[in-house]
Amino acid sequence: MSALISPPAPGGAGHLVGRLLRSRLAAALATPHGVDRYLERFNPMWAAHEVRARVVSVHRETSGTDSAPVATLTLQPTSTWRGHRAGQHVLVGVELPGPEGRGKRHTRAFSISSAASAPGEQFTLTIRAHDEGQVSSYLVREAQPGTLLHLSQAQGEFTLVESPATPTISRLLFITGGSGITPAMSMVRTLLRDGYDGHAGRRVTFLHFARSPEDQIFAHELAEIAAADNGVDVHLRYADQLFSEFELRRLVPDYRDTDTWLCGPAGLVELVKDAYTDPESSGGELSPRLRMEFFKPAVARAAAPGGEIEGEVSFTRSGATTAATGASLLEQAEELGLKPEFGCRMGICFSCTRTKSAGTVRNVLTGEESSLPDEEIRICVTAAAGDCHIDL
Amino acid sequence: MSTDTLSTPVADEKYHGLTADQIEQLGAELDALRQRVLADLGEADAAYLRKVVTTQRKMEIAGRALFYLPVIGWLPAVACLSVSKILDNMEIGHNVMHGQYDFLGDPAFNSRMFDWDTVCPGEQWKYSHNYIHHTFTNIVGKDRDVGYGILRMDPEQKWHPYYLGNPLYAFLLMTFFEWGVALHDLEVENIVSGKRKMADNKPLYPGLMRKIRRQALKDYVLFPALTGPLFPLTFAGNAVANLVRNVWAFNIIFCGHFPAGVASFSEEETANETRGHWYLRQMLGSANIKGSKLMHLMSGNLSHQIEHHLFPDLPARRYPEMAVEVQEICERYGLPYNTGRLHQQLWSVFKKICRYSLPGGDAKVAPVRGPEAVTEDSLAA
Ligand SMILES: Cc1cc2nc3c(=O)[nH]c(=O)nc-3n(C[C@H](O)[C@H](O)[C@H](O)COP(=O)(O)OP(=O)(O)OC[C@H]3O[C@@H](n4cnc5c(N)ncnc54)[C@H](O)[C@@H]3O)c2cc1C
Ligand code: FES
Repeated sequence: MSALISPPAPGGAGHLVGRLLRSRLAAALATPHGVDRYLERFNPMWAAHEVRARVVSVHRETSGTDSAPVATLTLQPTSTWRGHRAGQHVLVGVELPGPEGRGKRHTRAFSISSAASAPGEQFTLTIRAHDEGQVSSYLVREAQPGTLLHLSQAQGEFTLVESPATPTISRLLFITGGSGITPAMSMVRTLLRDGYDGHAGRRVTFLHFARSPEDQIFAHELAEIAAADNGVDVHLRYADQLFSEFELRRLVPDYRDTDTWLCGPAGLVELVKDAYTDPESSGGELSPRLRMEFFKPAVARAAAPGGEIEGEVSFTRSGATTAATGASLLEQAEELGLKPEFGCRMGICFSCTRTKSAGTVRNVLTGEESSLPDEEIRICVTAAAGDCHIDL
Repeated sequence: MSTDTLSTPVADEKYHGLTADQIEQLGAELDALRQRVLADLGEADAAYLRKVVTTQRKMEIAGRALFYLPVIGWLPAVACLSVSKILDNMEIGHNVMHGQYDFLGDPAFNSRMFDWDTVCPGEQWKYSHNYIHHTFTNIVGKDRDVGYGILRMDPEQKWHPYYLGNPLYAFLLMTFFEWGVALHDLEVENIVSGKRKMADNKPLYPGLMRKIRRQALKDYVLFPALTGPLFPLTFAGNAVANLVRNVWAFNIIFCGHFPAGVASFSEEETANETRGHWYLRQMLGSANIKGSKLMHLMSGNLSHQIEHHLFPDLPARRYPEMAVEVQEICERYGLPYNTGRLHQQLWSVFKKICRYSLPGGDAKVAPVRGPEAVTEDSLAA
């Protein structure tokens, strides 16, 4: 792979520097901290292994209701970026300024909205600012050109399986709602960029649900795509024009046998899943052609402090689940026969730290509740306060 | 939790005449202090850590670079590298691996991922230090930091002619401190006494060897080699920097638990501890060092060992401000607050090392003011 340290130096010198910085010699010299821990002191955009990005521009997507504005951020990643396949997402870490952010890094997933990228290439994220959403509000309302973000490599399997240019690519269907449009948009943009013209009779259908025309993301570009002679049908639905199986059947008669990508709010996902469940089959089987991505983990709210605890604890690695009892997660795991690592069992040694991927927990020492995703918790002093998922 | 051990006279004396209720009240006050600081953690702590790390990196790079200047560069190089290693181990490594900065969400300062510039693998140190030492602080027979399994530092440790060498062992431990810390987990003394099997150490070897190999390769092969003909000088300089760090770290750490007036505990009397008791034991089992801001920085704020033992997972830069309140609490409860200048604490430790090389030793530390000093009024103040 030919990634350089960025910005790439001319004449191949950067190539050499990059190779050197990623060499075993550099790693040995920088031990135990690693090369990036030194490079970042000089320039945050220098990296040998990690990925970071600078915001190049912020473009407001929707003009309508200001309660949940959407913006597209164009990002210049470090040369360590390996590129992405259409439909993948990236984990974005931001240090929020001010008393709210308090110097902590918050990490959230965002699907990439631009066409598939090559190593080191710019890409875009399209983000809806949730009213009380810390990260989304910051990125949409306050991020400026120059703002630095920490990134993961692109990840996820919610992608186009084949290159759009291959003749075998079959008919495609995208069903999206709200900001769930982003991965689908990346796929359609990739198809069109790479020469897909729909003239081989394999059409692309794009069915999207938005709150109102003012809230429609990419409205202009979607209108252009719809108007062009490219084999892509765009169907936009607003407000009370809910998803119906009847309508889908009209648009794509054999939809259950069509490769479908679905991404949107829980309500939409439920309706679509019903439509893709074959009533003839014994267990009510979901068509394997339907692929889904969720932006929001489906977990219940925690009981009010002091109230009855209701919820299910899932230990995701072992697959074990149990009803939340208010006992520490460590005790609950042990009751299930799991053997998580621990030391003091009183919250001081951090031996038992685990990642809570979703859900609400309560610190038994402080009573503090938290629903942040991908949060590190000490399971010896943390109890489930509702449904939660623990990486154990 | 049981509190009946408290009603026995031994417990009364040991716990400085405080009643069970008073101890719980003490715990509640310390918990409240902890909560106040916890709620205030944020940007300033992040900025401070990043500043210290930047300083440490600059010192390290300057140190490595200065070795290219023969003669005039050598001493400054050793000085820079020593400061870098001390900062790395004390204010950064020790504190980050305590989870003090986990709240930042930055993988570079996450206790599970961090490792430091010594031959002891962070992973193993977190077990012996964060868990064993911080949970069983100064419980003779359980806290292996009492004498590091090598020295006799407490009258409750049974004397043996072996301990005649106490001062010599202490000197060797100081010189090779990073190695002492690295081998600490192997519990060699427990193998000698038959309490532990050789096989128990097997899982520890690969991690230990890997870390030792990497540290030695960097300091004793690669960086010296990169200075070409100056190899021997650079080699020696790196060795001296490691030595300076060893001596400094040893002294700071020994001043934290071994000066006169620090209490030790037996397994029986700590069997049914409450949270309040645990706090009390941490306070009585640690000692501070008075000094300048620079001294606190270079000791990783372990000059505030008392506060560190009460709140091991709070960022160490908060200890000086917390110390004011902890000291005030100690005063109200009639508890000792052991602190002194570096040379005083060192002298006190030195005397102890020599004293306990011989049989016997002082009885347990007596209460400083006794029960009558603490009245309900004084606590309400
Ligand atoms: C694979 C994946 C891809 C994603 N791609 C995108 C994308 O392309 N564009 C985009 O805008 N978002 C996307 N998201 C959602 C994104 O990760 C965040 O969850 C969202 O931006 C809110 O984060 P926040 O920090 O602003 O809110 P938080 O501070 O985490 O939450 C504040 C409040 O908002 C609620 N909330 C959080 N997330 C959502 C949500 N998704 N829907 C409704 N309410 C919510 C919470 O329950 C809470 O009450 C994606 C998520 C995943 C898992
Ligand atoms: S076991 Fe020590 S913090 Fe949880």
